Amino acid sequence: MTTSRSRRAIRAAALLTAGLMLSACGARVDAAGSGGPAAAPSCVDTSGNEIKIGFLNSRSGTMAISENTVFDSLSLAAEQINAAGGVLGKQLSVVAEDGASEPTIFAEKAQKLIRSDCVAAVFGGWTSSSRKAMLPVFESNNSLLFYPVQYEGLESSKNIFYTGATTNQQIIPALDYLKEQGVTSLFLVGSDYVFPQTANKIIKAYAAANGIEVKGEEYAPLGHTDFATIVAKVRDAGAGAVFNTLNGDSNVAFFKEYKNLGLTPAAMPVISVSIAEEEVGGIGVDNIVGQPVAWNYYQTIDTPTNQQFVEAFKAKYGATRVTSDPMEAAYASLFLWKGMVEKAGSFDVAAVQAAAGGVSYDAPEGTVTVNGENHHIAKTALIGKIGADGLIHTEWSSGAPIEPDPYLTTYPWASGLAS
Amino acid sequence: MDVLVTQIFNGLSGGSILLLAALGLALTFGQMGVINMAHGEFIMAGAYTAYVTQNVLGSAGLSLVVSLPIAFAVGGVLGVVLEATLLRRMYHRPLDTLLVTWGVSLVLQQLARDVFGTAGVDVPAPGWLSGPVELLGFSFPRTRLFILLLAVAAFVALAAALRYTALGRRIRATVQNRPLAETSGISTRATDRLTFFIGSGLAGVAGVALTLMGSISPNLGTSYIVDAFLVVVVGGIGQIRGAVIAAFLLGVAQSWIEYSTTASIAKVLVFALIVAFLQVRPQGIFTVRTRSLA
Repeated sequence: MTTSRSRRAIRAAALLTAGLMLSACGARVDAAGSGGPAAAPSCVDTSGNEIKIGFLNSRSGTMAISENTVFDSLSLAAEQINAAGGVLGKQLSVVAEDGASEPTIFAEKAQKLIRSDCVAAVFGGWTSSSRKAMLPVFESNNSLLFYPVQYEGLESSKNIFYTGATTNQQIIPALDYLKEQGVTSLFLVGSDYVFPQTANKIIKAYAAANGIEVKGEEYAPLGHTDFATIVAKVRDAGAGAVFNTLNGDSNVAFFKEYKNLGLTPAAMPVISVSIAEEEVGGIGVDNIVGQPVAWNYYQTIDTPTNQQFVEAFKAKYGATRVTSDPMEAAYASLFLWKGMVEKAGSFDVAAVQAAAGGVSYDAPEGTVTVNGENHHIAKTALIGKIGADGLIHTEWSSGAPIEPDPYLTTYPWASGLAS
Repeated sequence: MDVLVTQIFNGLSGGSILLLAALGLALTFGQMGVINMAHGEFIMAGAYTAYVTQNVLGSAGLSLVVSLPIAFAVGGVLGVVLEATLLRRMYHRPLDTLLVTWGVSLVLQQLARDVFGTAGVDVPAPGWLSGPVELLGFSFPRTRLFILLLAVAAFVALAAALRYTALGRRIRATVQNRPLAETSGISTRATDRLTFFIGSGLAGVAGVALTLMGSISPNLGTSYIVDAFLVVVVGGIGQIRGAVIAAFLLGVAQSWIEYSTTASIAKVLVFALIVAFLQVRPQGIFTVRTRSLA
């Protein structure tokens, strides 16, 4: 009797683990409806003294931790724009939807925002898979998406404005910085999905052209928590620096293990491209103090515009909250859209697209300007170091905004990467 | 040689983490045929207990030691509440317990999100656990040595309790043959409750250990629950020593395959090995010997 009961239990457990693994893998389904027929006529209502816009962020699910912060800064921007008289005299009326950390839901909600809510533009998205799922929806409906997160590049759409960094505004400056520091060999550690794999392809091409040796390349599954073996490989390879493209909780385990093995930022720095102010506390300041990161914005940027942004944010959400790069890029995106609409004198998508090139905004990170060709933004690259206060302090700057080059066409060594 | 020692140590260390996560589960799963999906959240509760303890006490060294018994009690109480309110109504219906405890795990995760926030928190390791220790020319991280010792201590304590105490005898009797144990005058209900207290308490202890390794966030439990079940299934249901062997085997296999391939391939290969093994021995490494008529 006991035996048959345990058999049943074994079977149940096996079923259960299989189900869990499947759900952990997450939905990787692409949205249907790409490249559809000509766009349906827009239903955006511009007759009243309100104009609808959509916020589409993951308010639930695994990405909620990051995307809720973007939602907060978008809400702050909308509030400030309304207080200052709105856009073309119209108050912004926000329709907020939850993408629930699922690319398919992002696509469905984008469709809903455009078709039923008739919003003039949508702001949001975080993961590349959510953006890729929404892209055909925005193209087939001829609507606009403002996407606020740094990403792997090699993309441009006339229906998307990319207000986070593309690779030549974050990863390449990070490599330039390492080279200036005299680093001659690298170890690449990343999560096993699209962004790190693409980023590492670019890093390897750069390294080959600049005489930097890549001593190893390791990928961990998303959510991986035991980094003993990977960190041992990093230590044994003895590179000059580690380039880290890990995402999420894996960073905590990685940096704890790094410190446990006695590795230090002075001996072998780990430069990261996805650790911002909010993540530092969870990783533990002690475990990561002194390590470099690459972004375009830090809370500590010492300009009046940024001070106003940080103060307004803390006043609205609490003094313990911090601001980060994707939040700032989202905040700026709303003002950039406002600038484009006012330059066009219309909410019409075609008019906004035509007016977009050259629109610029004095953002907390500094002046940003829209590139009319690829719809990315010229941004200044900053390398910062994590301080004992848990904030990031600028260590190196590109000095001037870098023109966006998502396909890396201006870098001879990158030819062939885009294909 | 360097690699050999390092990787065996890493494997044992990974195994000790698996063992801590799975030990309590092996007890409750084996004893009561209850699939407790909330076990991972008991681990999370233990981790947050360490966080709260450290915030209250301030000193990292003292709070680590103090939080171990507190986390055991917190995990244990959560387990007993779950057992008394829901699980005792559905013994011998493993699939029902799976669904119910799955729901409980979601509730506990949301509760943690509301109380501690969505962002992860950090419990700094005490000074005497930071950095590596040099032994025979090799360097071993102190935190991993500590977890290894903790796992061994937890196993020894549990094994001794099962072997030498009256409660242990009652637990073993109930596992082997519940109706006969009951006819012999053992209150299986009381035994179940105590078993659940101990099993869930061990999850709390595991949570404290995990604060030294990785992130403390509301989804901490989901990272470990699958591995914990794998250890229990491979070890043999209800088999504490099976869980020990399975945990260290899986840990060493993972670290060895990972060293010569990648982490992703290692995960897949370890899974394939488990599937192959369960084809040959569906009952796991050990099985309960019973005289009852199956």
